[in-house]
Amino acid sequence: MAYRFEDIPSVRDSLGKVDYLADEGIAGVVYLADRLAKPILVEGPAGTGKTQLAKSVAEMIGARLIRLQCYEGLDESKALYEWNYKKQLLRIQAERGSETSWSDVEEDLFSEEFLLTRPLLEAIRAKDPVVLLIDEVDRVEIETEALLLEVLSDYQVSIPELGTVTATQIPLVFLTSNNTRELSEALKRRCLYLHVDYPDLEREKRIVLNKVPGITDNLADQVARIVRSIRNLELKKAPSVSETIDWAKTLLLLNVEHVDAQIATDTVNILLKYKSDITKATKEFSTNSGTFEKKA
Amino acid sequence: MTDVAAGTPSTVPSSETLPRSSMLDLLNRFIMELREAGLPVSLTENLDAMEAVTHIPIEDREAFKYALAATLVKNQSHWRAFEIVFEVFFSLRGAEYSIGGDADDGSLADDIPEDAQFNQGEGERGGGGGGSSLTPEQIAEMLFQALLKGDNAMMRAIARQSVRRYAGMEPGRPVGGTYYLYRTLRNLDLDNVLERLLEATRGQAPEPLTKLEERLERDEFENRIDQLKKEIEAEIRRHLVADRGVEAMAKTLRKPLPEDVDFMHASRDEMMSLRKAIYPLTRKLAVRLARKRRHGRKGPLDFRNTVRHSLSYGGVPAEPKFKYPRPSKPEIMVIADISGSVASFARFTLHLVYAISSQFSKVRSFVFIDGLDEVTSYFEGVEDIADAVHRVNTEADVVWVDGHSDYGHAFSVFWEKFGKEIGPKTAIMILGDARNNYHASQSWIVKEMQRRARKVFWLNPEPRSYWDTGDSIVGEYATYCDGTFEVRNLRQLEAFVENLV
Repeated sequence: MAYRFEDIPSVRDSLGKVDYLADEGIAGVVYLADRLAKPILVEGPAGTGKTQLAKSVAEMIGARLIRLQCYEGLDESKALYEWNYKKQLLRIQAERGSETSWSDVEEDLFSEEFLLTRPLLEAIRAKDPVVLLIDEVDRVEIETEALLLEVLSDYQVSIPELGTVTATQIPLVFLTSNNTRELSEALKRRCLYLHVDYPDLEREKRIVLNKVPGITDNLADQVARIVRSIRNLELKKAPSVSETIDWAKTLLLLNVEHVDAQIATDTVNILLKYKSDITKATKEFSTNSGTFEKKA
Repeated sequence: MTDVAAGTPSTVPSSETLPRSSMLDLLNRFIMELREAGLPVSLTENLDAMEAVTHIPIEDREAFKYALAATLVKNQSHWRAFEIVFEVFFSLRGAEYSIGGDADDGSLADDIPEDAQFNQGEGERGGGGGGSSLTPEQIAEMLFQALLKGDNAMMRAIARQSVRRYAGMEPGRPVGGTYYLYRTLRNLDLDNVLERLLEATRGQAPEPLTKLEERLERDEFENRIDQLKKEIEAEIRRHLVADRGVEAMAKTLRKPLPEDVDFMHASRDEMMSLRKAIYPLTRKLAVRLARKRRHGRKGPLDFRNTVRHSLSYGGVPAEPKFKYPRPSKPEIMVIADISGSVASFARFTLHLVYAISSQFSKVRSFVFIDGLDEVTSYFEGVEDIADAVHRVNTEADVVWVDGHSDYGHAFSVFWEKFGKEIGPKTAIMILGDARNNYHASQSWIVKEMQRRARKVFWLNPEPRSYWDTGDSIVGEYATYCDGTFEVRNLRQLEAFVENLV
C-alpha cells in the first residue's frame, strides 16, 4: 500500500501549510497512524485543537472529512447504518396485488437501495480519500463503544442481511476524548494514543501570529506569556488556545500595542469564564511575586 | 541480568550499528520494566511498538520516544512513569558519563566560544583531573548569562559542568539521585541568581517595568531555571545509569503510579499530583452517577414515546419505551476524622465530599477529632473547594479536650445532636483509622446508627494488616457496619465509589 506521508518533518511542514502548528509528538503520531494503519485516540484538555487536528489533516491530504459526533444514547442506527423502513414499506405496498413472490420482494427489500449509510459505514465505503473523525467518544456508553471496535481494527462493517462491507482504502481515523470517563481497554488497545496539551510558549506565540493576521510580534509574545502565567495558577478552567486567539484578536481590535495590568484586567473575561478564576487572575496581575513560589 | 546488559551497546541504538535482534531485546527489556512499574502493556501493544519503531528513523530520539509512547502509554497519568523509564533505557550513554573519569565531548567549548579561558582549561581536563580550571565565580557568571539569554545549549553545558564539579559523585556509592541534585543546586544558589536576573532586566529596560511586566519576566526566568534543574537531574541520572546499569537504575527510580500512591505517605509532589487527579475523578464520578441514574432501572411505560416509535414498525408497538425513573434522593452523612494521623487522607475525603454534595440533593458532612462539628455549610455555594477545605481545617470546632482522636466522644456528640435526623434513606460514611487512643469506644452508637440508617460504611486509610493493632478498634465498630473498606489510594477510592452507586 502506498503511504501518504514521506517522513515526520514533511508531515509537520504540510500541517504548517494548512495553518496547524504541530509539535514533534503530533506530527510523529499522525505519521505512524498512516504507516501502521491505526486510528489515533486524541486526548487532552478542552480547546487545545483536538478536533482541529483531524480537520487540518483532512485539508492537508485533500480528503473529505466524515464526522461522527458522539453523544449519550448514540446507537448503531445513528453510527453505522439503518434500513430505510419507510421506503421499504412503500416497496411492499407497491407490490400488493402483483405476482411477485415474497422471497423476491424480501431480497429486494434488503438491498443497497434501502440502506441508509451513517458516518462509519460511509467512511468505510468511500471511494475517495476520507478522514473519519469520531468526536468526543467518551460521551457514549461503554457498551456502545463496542460498535466502533470492528470498524477500528478491521475497517469493516458487518450487516447481517448484506454481508460484510470491507474498506477499499484505509481511512485515517481520529477519535477525540475529553476524558470524562476511562475508555475501555479494548478501544485503547486498537488505537495510537496522543495527548495534546496546552502548547508551550514558543508554539502558542506562533499560533497567535498565524491565526491573528496583523498582530505584532511583540504583542503576540506578551499574549503568550501572560496566558502561560495564567495557566500556572490553580484555576477551575485554564484558558484554551482558542480563547488565547480570541483575546489576541480583541487586543488588536482595541488597538492595544502593549498589555498592562489595567488592560489585562479589563479584557480577562475573554480568557476566563468563571468568576472565581477572574478574581484570582486579576489579583495576580497586580502582584509581581512568581507563580512557582505560590505553588510550592 | 548483568551479562545481557553488557551485550547491548552503550549509546543510543542506531539502525546501522545495531543488529535487529539486540534492538528487539532492548525494547523487550524496556517493556518489561514498564510492566514492572505498573503500566498495563498488552501483547498487541508490545507488537505495535515493535512495528512502529521500524518506521522511525532511529537516530531521531524524539520521534523514537513518541512512537513508543503512542503505542505503549494509553493514559496521560502514566506519562511520567514512562518518561523516567525511557530516559534510563535510551539516554545517551558512554564512557564520558562514567563517574570519576571525565572525558568531555568538547561541545562545551563550541557552545561558549567567547570564553577563552574556558578553552584553555579544556586540554587540562582531558588528562582526567577533577573538573576544569574554571573558578566557581566563572561558572556562576556563565550560568547567569545563559539564563539571561535563554540559551539552551549553554544551559545544557553548564548543567553538565556543574554536576561534574559539585555533585561529588562516587562510583558505587549507594545514595539516591536527589542527594546529588541537592548538592549541585546548593552550590549554584539559584534563588540568588533569580534576584540578580530580575535586577539586570530592571537595569536594562529603557523605562521602569510595570508590575505586570516584572511579573512576566519573573515567570520567564523561573521557567528557565526549572529547565536548568531538569537538565541537571537528567545529567545526574545519566551518570548513575552508567554507574549502576539500566535495570538497577530503573528499579530505584520506580515510583507508584498516581492511582496507587498511598494517601497517608504521599510526598509533597505526589500530593500535588494527587490533588490534580482528584478533579478528573470527581468529574468522572458525576458523569457516572448521572448516567447510572438514567440508564439503570427502567421507569413506567412511556405511552407517547412508544407510539412514536411504533411508526418504525408500521404501527405495531414492537419496542416499548419507558420513562426515566424518578431519581431517588438518598441522604448521605459523611463523618470524617481530621486528626493529625489521617490528615492527608481527610483532605482527600473532603474533596470527595464536595464532589458528592454537588450530585446528591442532601449531603451532610461532619468532622471530628475529639469533638465534632457540622461543616455542611462550608461546602454550599463555594466555587473554590480549596477555600472550603481550608475553612474546615481552621474554623470547625472539633477539639474538645486535648486534640487527640476520641471516636467515642465524637460519636456521642453526633448521636446527641444529630442522631434524630438519621432516617431510613440515610447512608452514613465514616472515614477514619479508628485509632481511639484507648478511650471508650461507644460502639453502641454505631449499632444504633445502623439500626436507623439505610447503610453504614467505614472507610479506613490504613492497610488491612494494621487494623486492630495498637489502639485501633476498627474491628469493634466493624461488627455494626454494613461494610468496612480499605481506602489507601485513588484506585481503591474509585472502586468504592463505583460500588456505592
